[in-house]
Amino acid sequence: MARAVTKQRKTINTIAAWAVGLLIFFPILWTILTSFKTEAQAISDPPVFLFFDWTLENYGVVQERSDYMRFLWNSVIIAGGSTLLGIIVAVPAAWSMAFVPSKRTKDILLWMLSTKMLPAVGVLYPIYLIFISLGLLDTRIGLVVVMMLINLPIIVWMLYTYFREIPGEILEAARMDGASLKNEILYVLTPMAVPGIASTILLNFILAWNEAFWTLNLTAAKAAPLTAFIASYSSPEGLFYAKLSAASTMAIAPILILGWFSQKQLVRGLTFGAVK
Amino acid sequence: MAHTKKLATYSLSLLAGVSMAFGASAETLTIATVNNGDMIRMQGLTDDFTSKNPGIELEWVTLEENVLRQRVTQDIATKGGQFDVMTIGMYETPIWAAQGWLVPLDDLGDDYDADDILPAMRSGLSHDGTLYAAPFYGESSMVMYRTDLMEKAGLEMPEAPTWDFIAEAARAMTDKENEIYGICLRGKAGWGENMAFITTVANSFGARWFDENWKPQLDTPEWKEAITFYYDLMQEAGPPGASTNGFNENLALFQQGKCGMWIDATVAASFVTNPNDSTVADKVGFALAPDTGKGKRANWLWAWALAIPAGTDAEEAAKKFVAWATSKDYLELVASKEGWANVPPGSRTSLYENPEYQKVPFAKMTLESINAADPGSPTVGEVPYVGIQYVAIPEWAGIGTAAGQEFSAMLAGQQSPDEALEKAQALVTDEMEAAGYN
Repeated sequence: MARAVTKQRKTINTIAAWAVGLLIFFPILWTILTSFKTEAQAISDPPVFLFFDWTLENYGVVQERSDYMRFLWNSVIIAGGSTLLGIIVAVPAAWSMAFVPSKRTKDILLWMLSTKMLPAVGVLYPIYLIFISLGLLDTRIGLVVVMMLINLPIIVWMLYTYFREIPGEILEAARMDGASLKNEILYVLTPMAVPGIASTILLNFILAWNEAFWTLNLTAAKAAPLTAFIASYSSPEGLFYAKLSAASTMAIAPILILGWFSQKQLVRGLTFGAVK
Repeated sequence: MAHTKKLATYSLSLLAGVSMAFGASAETLTIATVNNGDMIRMQGLTDDFTSKNPGIELEWVTLEENVLRQRVTQDIATKGGQFDVMTIGMYETPIWAAQGWLVPLDDLGDDYDADDILPAMRSGLSHDGTLYAAPFYGESSMVMYRTDLMEKAGLEMPEAPTWDFIAEAARAMTDKENEIYGICLRGKAGWGENMAFITTVANSFGARWFDENWKPQLDTPEWKEAITFYYDLMQEAGPPGASTNGFNENLALFQQGKCGMWIDATVAASFVTNPNDSTVADKVGFALAPDTGKGKRANWLWAWALAIPAGTDAEEAAKKFVAWATSKDYLELVASKEGWANVPPGSRTSLYENPEYQKVPFAKMTLESINAADPGSPTVGEVPYVGIQYVAIPEWAGIGTAAGQEFSAMLAGQQSPDEALEKAQALVTDEMEAAGYN
């Protein structure tokens, strides 16, 4: 009897998990399906789900009209560069907050997070003017710095949480064995915090990849990433959903694949923390 | 001595090499534009320009309409220098020109023939008599209707219908059981969405946004009549969910055969008659936008135009590009590659005199609609502003959108026409007082 209940519960859980998963994935699935429709099918009412004349025409048009590789390369550099820079700054910061906290550490952490509560548009003009005077408009380096600054509070917070779970005694032991601060961070702390650091890197990369406010406002032709590529397919006069969906699918494909391959790492980092 | 000579020779050739490299280095123009069919076509034809101007390279930045507006304003106001040529509308041109943000375009070359630009377009894109943006394509609005449904209803569309006829026809064509709605009109909130349309309706009912002293007029009987008419018509003969329908949503409905009539931009004519996308391509007729006999029709005037921001370091090259893209030769070029129906409409008189173009089914009605629009005298009564479906003041984008939200909420059934008008009047009054008009 007990077994039957367990089995039943397992089935229910599985079904519920699939249902929630599909619900969350549905908009992406719909975008992918729409990208294979004609413009007329894309807006047909009632909507067509699977039974339509599948076409690659939209991908052909997008490929012909835009230099996808240039946008992709910009996205890779901006997301990758800002993540790398962020980690370099955040690891020492999180280390000091986790292992040698001061009276005000909690306040600093909260203050850092509070910067995320300000609507981005509130600082658009100051940043725009700074970018003009530094000649950083429409440059990848400018965006790398801005993306890093935007995501830094999240990186520091995540790393801080992971580091806190590492017993300070282990680091103390390393210090007693004569490890320098650099060696302590590089050879003792980092290996133990790898799942945490990896998931922080992945999450930050995804956030930077998808960021659309700053990337649209601070770029023009040269440094525009995939978000600008998607936005360019929206049209005020004329149907565009199928082509926009094709552009979106092309833009999210790399990050979707990356997420798929690293999901184990991501889930482990997000659920278990640094030390089991 | 020989050594010195050799050195001199090397230096000279190096210098020559460097200067040649500089001479050959191309000037790059960054052009901001929107994703409209005519603009995309232009991007595909730029080889013609670059082959005629070997020293100039083109870079395109395609943005969503509202993002483009915001980006360009931001860039121009802060002198960011991101763009050398930008696509702007008829609303922005006189305002930005007055600010000194745009380069005057009165010297686009001897063979440019600026006098050939349609007079309505030229005046709408000028400030103090000087052209500040060259029209790439222009549009008005008109009635597009289903000839088969009109016939079935036993009615005949006049060339210049009244609103009463439109209402009668809309009710007669409506067959809600079969998802056919007599009329599809804009309801989505926005100064360039529902307010563009509603303002033209108000104009034709004798209403105006402001009196000669900039006092808001939304509490007048003319506005009440216009808004109540729009509301009743949409309740009885409009599609469900009309409060979120803009140009594209109505285009989709019309193409699927769900609208008996659609009053919107003349540029839609080429979409609804295109058999690749439209299920009703061969059953569409055109008529002038309606009126109430008070002397103004409900048709607007708009142009997507190319302008050059003041302060660009590539002004001469930018002028060459603007002249190329808005020239008579460009129209010929598009016609030779894509056919006359795909030529950007509404910019030049000579296009409408061309016998080949006259064969295009919507050419005549487009021209008549454009000619019937006068941004300098948009309303029955006197007004202190320019603009037909907008008011050419910087505050308009804000007040137009805020009022648009009230009328959209009305269409969604959240408030009555009287309530919507009352709220709109209050918020426009506040905004205008804050801006120092009265």
